[in-house]
Amino acid sequence: MSIASVLLLVGLAVLATMAMALARGLLGPTVYDRILAVNMFGTKTVLLIALLAARSGRSDYLDIALLYALINFIGVIAVLKYFEYGSLGHPHAEEGDEG
Amino acid sequence: MSGIEWLGVILLVLGALLGLVGGIGVLRFPDFFTRLHAAGVTDTLATGLFLSGLACLFGDWQATLKLALIFFFVLFTSPTASHALAKAALHGGLKPWKRREDPHG
Repeated sequence: MSIASVLLLVGLAVLATMAMALARGLLGPTVYDRILAVNMFGTKTVLLIALLAARSGRSDYLDIALLYALINFIGVIAVLKYFEYGSLGHPHAEEGDEG
Repeated sequence: MSGIEWLGVILLVLGALLGLVGGIGVLRFPDFFTRLHAAGVTDTLATGLFLSGLACLFGDWQATLKLALIFFFVLFTSPTASHALAKAALHGGLKPWKRREDPHG
């Protein structure tokens, strides 16, 4: 059992988890289930990128994984803010409000 | 494989299994909040096991530092996202699931 085959197996397990998250994303009755699925999918993508970094031996891929983790978080928070306040702008934005 | 690689492999496999458990939990739980719990718990721990396993496979300290940074940020952002998600869901009028009170006590 070489390292490469272990990485492959673990990669398949992560892909299976992502498939489950996608399934929940499609099935999810409420919109929050879908946001949860997106959040989980993003976190697993970070793991996949780190796995690819290990497989190819290039540690500079880890910067991509780091960046993806941060962007994933910001995306989830933005979508949540949109759903909670109806708009990404100022929560009580009246018409003509330049703020 | 040397000792440290065995440790890495064990940690990786544990992380992957925990991720699968989290995925099954997200699929099978009856209510959004229970799914959020399933996803939130395994997200951080599976990522931690996974990245520490990879750190064992990577030799140099730069990669280990980067992996530690990734885990550090995920450790902070994932619970925050889960909290914001739960707050938005409660704010949006989603009621947590209650088991039916079975009539015969």
